[in-house]
Amino acid sequence: MNIIALDSSGMTASVSIVKDGRLAGVYTIDHKKTHSETLLPMLDELKRMTETDLSETDAIAVSAGPGSFTGLRIGAASAKGMAEALGKPIIAVPTLDALAWQFYGYAGLVCPMMDARRDQVYSGIYSFEFDIEKKEYDLCIKSEGAALACADQCRKINELYSGENDAPVMLLGDGTDVSISIIEETLKVPYTIAPLHRKYQDAGSLVTYATRLYEEGKVVDAASFAPEYFRVSQAERERAEKESHEV
Amino acid sequence: MKDVKILAIESSCDETAAAVVLNGREVLSNVISSQIDIHTLYGGVVPEIASRKHTERINRVVSEGLLQAGLKLSDVDAIAVTYGPGLVGALLVGVSFAKGLAFASGKPLIGVHHIEGHICANFIDHPELEPPFPCLVVSGGHTHLVRVMDYGKYEILGKTRDDAAGEAFDKVARAIGLGYPGGPKIDKVSDAGDPAAIEFPRAKVADNIYDFSFSGLKSAVLNYLNSARMEGIEVSQADVAASFQASVVDVLTEHAYAALEEGGEKIFAIAGGVASNRHLRKAFEEGCEKRGIKFYRPEPIYCTDNAAMIGAAAYYEFKNGVRSDMSLNAVPNLKLGER
Repeated sequence: MNIIALDSSGMTASVSIVKDGRLAGVYTIDHKKTHSETLLPMLDELKRMTETDLSETDAIAVSAGPGSFTGLRIGAASAKGMAEALGKPIIAVPTLDALAWQFYGYAGLVCPMMDARRDQVYSGIYSFEFDIEKKEYDLCIKSEGAALACADQCRKINELYSGENDAPVMLLGDGTDVSISIIEETLKVPYTIAPLHRKYQDAGSLVTYATRLYEEGKVVDAASFAPEYFRVSQAERERAEKESHEV
Repeated sequence: MKDVKILAIESSCDETAAAVVLNGREVLSNVISSQIDIHTLYGGVVPEIASRKHTERINRVVSEGLLQAGLKLSDVDAIAVTYGPGLVGALLVGVSFAKGLAFASGKPLIGVHHIEGHICANFIDHPELEPPFPCLVVSGGHTHLVRVMDYGKYEILGKTRDDAAGEAFDKVARAIGLGYPGGPKIDKVSDAGDPAAIEFPRAKVADNIYDFSFSGLKSAVLNYLNSARMEGIEVSQADVAASFQASVVDVLTEHAYAALEEGGEKIFAIAGGVASNRHLRKAFEEGCEKRGIKFYRPEPIYCTDNAAMIGAAAYYEFKNGVRSDMSLNAVPNLKLGER
């Protein structure tokens, strides 16, 4: 199996290549250059280093949202262009799922929190359940991803936490940076924040999760794929508010 | 030289467009997916919505462009894309998509300046047109009087100091209750109006005779409407539209003729969305004929934002050896002639 993966949903730009079932390379940077200037040059570099023949690609995996609107579109449009040229499908990987996957096998709850601005985070609550037959963990969603106030998500964790295996809740994502004081104040159960190398979006994690989705047949065609923003545009929101006042 | 077929993509504002152009002059396909119905609800283009729609539509628009040309991606020689000026989020969709396409197909990539595209729309269906010639570019976002020195070489003679001509059309149309988009609506309504009914100003800019200013004209129209309302005078929508438009047309034509007189060229061209305004076209047709100047204007379909014009401009960049790499970025305020 050969998969090219891209993530530009947050601050990091990250690309990876799975070649013949091996994770041939992962390239991640967290630098102030825009994703438009970094993402494809990084992939180009990785392609050359791993001597990858793109025509053998089976699918393009991309972070499907939520995330920065512009960042999501840079990833999505690049993936759609590549998939169009290669005649291959896209694996749309939910950003929060891919983030949670970075703690594959973790005994406790995993809660990625992405900075969503306007005093909110994009966040979901996950756990890993072991399948004895398959000898693998499955990613289980305890609380669906949404845009919500960080304090509300903390209260949800307080309710869901049942001392699982004595493991603290694992928090990750750039939302934990922005909302740390809210977390400290509101989260009443044991928790810890992920170390830097597993804290932010990473196409290595994304592509291994994408591989599983691909095996389950969860692909979309390049033309139909569009990111899940979790929010309408400001203009649409204001228009809807205005209409609801008029009624 | 062997035939060059360029697949071009344009997404700088609210049209998602793709085209295949042969040797910069012959359009093999020209697909435009307009979002105007959506943006009309908001009285203007909403950048975030435009960007989302581009992302949803771009694959279908590009594959339709290839299909109508009867070609596969492997048949084209290069991929061209508008990288500025325009709405940054909208531009990024086209740029990112084109980069993905070029990266995976190994085809050369050429970033194209949107305004240069508008100017090069004149090359389409006009095989005899060659630089040098002056060109007036008028659209919703731009008002430039330029001299096309050579293919890919431009000298800016003048530009607007404030509003673009098309912007003035939109604002005046809104003020007289015509709504969005203003250009075509004023063009139509003014047929029934008297262009001499109201004397609106024809602005000159002191330190550069080729520069434009339209904000004073816009204010004059708003003032006229206000005082008419205060005095209880009935306003004729058609007369205001026709008089406003006459003022714009006068300013644009006078600037152009001054440039032609100075440069001594016998060729002149117009481009951009406002170049499809029938009154402006007619004024230039008559004025140029009187002065013995050959007047070029693109077909209206190539005046509006489209990808065929990007393919036309890209051909000359291609011949000049211009290539973009994978770090090509959207440049929302890209200057004309900048590389």
